[in-house]
Amino acid sequence: MATLSRPSDHYDSRPAGSGDAVTQPRLGSAGWLRWFWRQLTSMRTALFLLLLLAIAAVPGSLVPQRSSDPNGVTQYFANNPDLAPALDSIQAFDVYSSAWFSAIYLLLFVSLIGCVIPRTKHHLQALRAKPPKTPARLARLSGFTARDAPAGTDAQAAIESASGLLKAGGYRVARFDNGPEVSVSAERGYLRETGNLVFHSALVGILITVGFGSGFGFSGQRVLVEGQTFVNTLLAYDSFNPGRFFDDASLDPYKLKLDDFDVAYETKNLKAFGQALDFTADVTVTPRGEAAKPGAVKVNGPLRTGGTDVYLLGNGYAPTITVKDPDGTVVFTDSIPFLPQDANLTSLGVVKVPDGLKKQVGMIGFFYPTQAEAQSGAYFSSFPDLEYPLLTLNVYAGDLGLDEGVPTSVYSLDTDKMDALATRTTTVKPLELKPGETQQLPGGLGSVTFEDANPGAKKGDFSGSVLRFASFDIHHDPTQGWVLLFAVLVLLGLLTSLFIPRRRVWVKAIEQGDGSVRLEYAGLARGDDPALEAAVADLADRHGAQLPAAPLAPAPDQT
Amino acid sequence: MNLNELSILSLYSAMGVYAFAFIAFAIDLARRSSAVDAAVDAAQAGTRAGAEAGARLAAEATGSAAAGSGGTTTLTRISTRIANDAATPYGRSASLRVGVSLTVLAWALHLAADVLRGLAAGRVPWANMYEFAMTGTLLIVTVFLIVLTRADLRFLGTFVTGLVLILLGIAALRFYVEVAPLPPALQSVWLVIHVFVASLGTGFFALGFALSAVQLLQFRRESLVAEARATRLRFVATLPSSATLENLAYRVNIIGFILWTFTLMAGSIWAEKAWGRYWGWDTKEVWTFIIWTIYAGYIHARATRGWRGSRSAWLAIIGFSAVMFNFGIVNVFFKGLHAYSGL
Ligand code: HEM
Repeated sequence: MATLSRPSDHYDSRPAGSGDAVTQPRLGSAGWLRWFWRQLTSMRTALFLLLLLAIAAVPGSLVPQRSSDPNGVTQYFANNPDLAPALDSIQAFDVYSSAWFSAIYLLLFVSLIGCVIPRTKHHLQALRAKPPKTPARLARLSGFTARDAPAGTDAQAAIESASGLLKAGGYRVARFDNGPEVSVSAERGYLRETGNLVFHSALVGILITVGFGSGFGFSGQRVLVEGQTFVNTLLAYDSFNPGRFFDDASLDPYKLKLDDFDVAYETKNLKAFGQALDFTADVTVTPRGEAAKPGAVKVNGPLRTGGTDVYLLGNGYAPTITVKDPDGTVVFTDSIPFLPQDANLTSLGVVKVPDGLKKQVGMIGFFYPTQAEAQSGAYFSSFPDLEYPLLTLNVYAGDLGLDEGVPTSVYSLDTDKMDALATRTTTVKPLELKPGETQQLPGGLGSVTFEDANPGAKKGDFSGSVLRFASFDIHHDPTQGWVLLFAVLVLLGLLTSLFIPRRRVWVKAIEQGDGSVRLEYAGLARGDDPALEAAVADLADRHGAQLPAAPLAPAPDQT
Repeated sequence: MNLNELSILSLYSAMGVYAFAFIAFAIDLARRSSAVDAAVDAAQAGTRAGAEAGARLAAEATGSAAAGSGGTTTLTRISTRIANDAATPYGRSASLRVGVSLTVLAWALHLAADVLRGLAAGRVPWANMYEFAMTGTLLIVTVFLIVLTRADLRFLGTFVTGLVLILLGIAALRFYVEVAPLPPALQSVWLVIHVFVASLGTGFFALGFALSAVQLLQFRRESLVAEARATRLRFVATLPSSATLENLAYRVNIIGFILWTFTLMAGSIWAEKAWGRYWGWDTKEVWTFIIWTIYAGYIHARATRGWRGSRSAWLAIIGFSAVMFNFGIVNVFFKGLHAYSGL
């Protein structure tokens, strides 16, 4: 039987014959190349590389990865100062972009391409070819069934009707006349191989789109406080990671305003008290040259606009803090995003007042949306919503270190060159403010006010008293659609290739010496096909049932 | 008593009934062993039947490569041959029937527990480890019972009920959490689809694992018999030939593989919606990928000369071990974005 042009160590191909290069000692360089290529595209190599890939993927789940958990890597270096550099030298923190991981999957895909191309060629030929000649002896094949046709059956007509049945069953048929033997040879299930080739090619498709395509996109982050607007330009991002081929000019400068950040927390179910139920960022989007329109970004519901996808990644409180000098002149006012520290949104933020006061002032603030006191006297937040908000500020004065040209984070304060004026350890304790309250800074520096964002509210209702912020991830990935397309092809190819049986079936009518006709049926599986024998038996039954009804001349005289 | 308490009660009852089912299945295995002993005694008592049986088995074992080329396709026809090709024919003992009936009863209680938990929470009952375990084991049993209507795999009852008992025990003791609403990160149709399909795939992989393990035992027995050496675990003689087991395992595993492929894709679509990228090598993503690759290796092994049979069976066993590792260890001990174990 013709092979399906599968790798020579496919269980269904003929055992490698004398041409097997493994045993040939003297090879030219072309011979070696061919030998190498044959090895690379063999089933055994594919299997080996697949398993190797599975093993190689493991370490990346044991050690934090720079791509998904950069802080974890930093932490790992701090905890394991001896081990970490050694691991780093073998790219253990960048497993999935490491040379060794890449080498495995690239080899696998070279093997795959080398495997798929000849099979595709062969399959295209097979699609056009006639089913092969009926074997001389069917008796040795699967599901062999022999029956005597009813008297008077004509061999040609019997084969004609069998061939009709097979065609109706989706087989491609060819008739063969061989003297007293007439037969039909039928084959079906070409789609199985098609599916297999589609599956493997789509895998290559995914690899190529992911490999090339990701270079054309970008991702960026931006924090917005309620009321703030972001314009989609490079400078407006807090951080921006362009792909290799990304062109800044292609950013569509739409405007995105965070109108309102809505939260809902569980209050009925005491066992899940305080658990977040919903986060919704209500926004207004204004595409360039168009009217503004409302939109929403939710945790599982990104906003797709201006060629970008906007995701809601985080949220928290942004207390508005105003600092005045002793004369009452405002020297600083801003809503400062405080970073949440726990599930009840105890939040930490930093205020830097570089100008306008006698000295530079820095403050480290803790914000408790619902302040509670532990037995030790320490404050904590007992609920994430604004039930009883309190801001505490540790005050420092001195050099903020902003003038040295070293970029400093807005979320941290270096107090090395500053004097502590109001902290837990100084005589003046940290300042405590509720929304709308003002306190004097120590040392007559001035005053600080925790602005109430909703001053008109009833007394005791703090629900709108502090602004919230949302942190957005803004992405552009032109390959997503393609990857999805290939993934769907992978699945469809897999389904067809695993569930469509490929088989050959033969029906032979043999005129016996006495004029009667003997019918033979048999099949051959091409690949796994558990239902083959049942299918042959079923064909024989249905064909038998059809025979008497076939327009055959009834036997002239039956005694 | 509220719905969740009813659910817990129902779950504990199901576990009790599973335990009895397990005992019934175990008794059946013991009876199989004695049936084999009886057959051997009868054979030794005079006729050369024993030797013939040995010869037949040898032929079976060596011919398994040829006979083993059945495989894939229509689940609906999962072979009728299966009951017949055991070396020592064995009917259905009373304890086997009791085992199956108890399993059906336990399954019904288990289903009730799962549905009640869902009603108590007002959402699908698979949003934390406790609920995954409850729904996942329910699906394992469901797949087992459905496959039973098509192929006689009752002999796997001990394994299935045993596995489910262990998992439910761990879930009830270690993973239990109170009913809680879905956090925003899990509020998605993809939770329904992705996690359900993953659990269903796990059900098929579990059966495939058991079949592959029995296949290895059977293969070992067949080899020993072929060399006319003594065998242990005599009940194995009443089970289908290793070639038949291999084909069954393959069919069950490829269904699992397709479901897993879908899980991987659905997970990526969800990840894109929730985290802004469809793939980021998060630990859970890594393990889903590893499992997928191992089973792809298994399918290849089945098509590679020299790897059909026992070697590919080992891959199926490793594959399912990875599935269990992913569920039990990665969810709880590994750090990643999939921090939904609820613990
Ligand atoms: C990226 C790596 C690969 C993956 C994930 C993969 C996966 C699979 C899967 C899932 C199947 C079963 C579904 C089907 O029949 O379509 C399969 C079948 C097959 N693969 Fe691959 N494959 C890979 C690479 C290769 C390579 C490199 C070769 C060539 C050596 C190859 C040759 C085959 C063949 C011949 C079959 C048919 C097996 C049969 O006859 O049942 N594959 N592959």
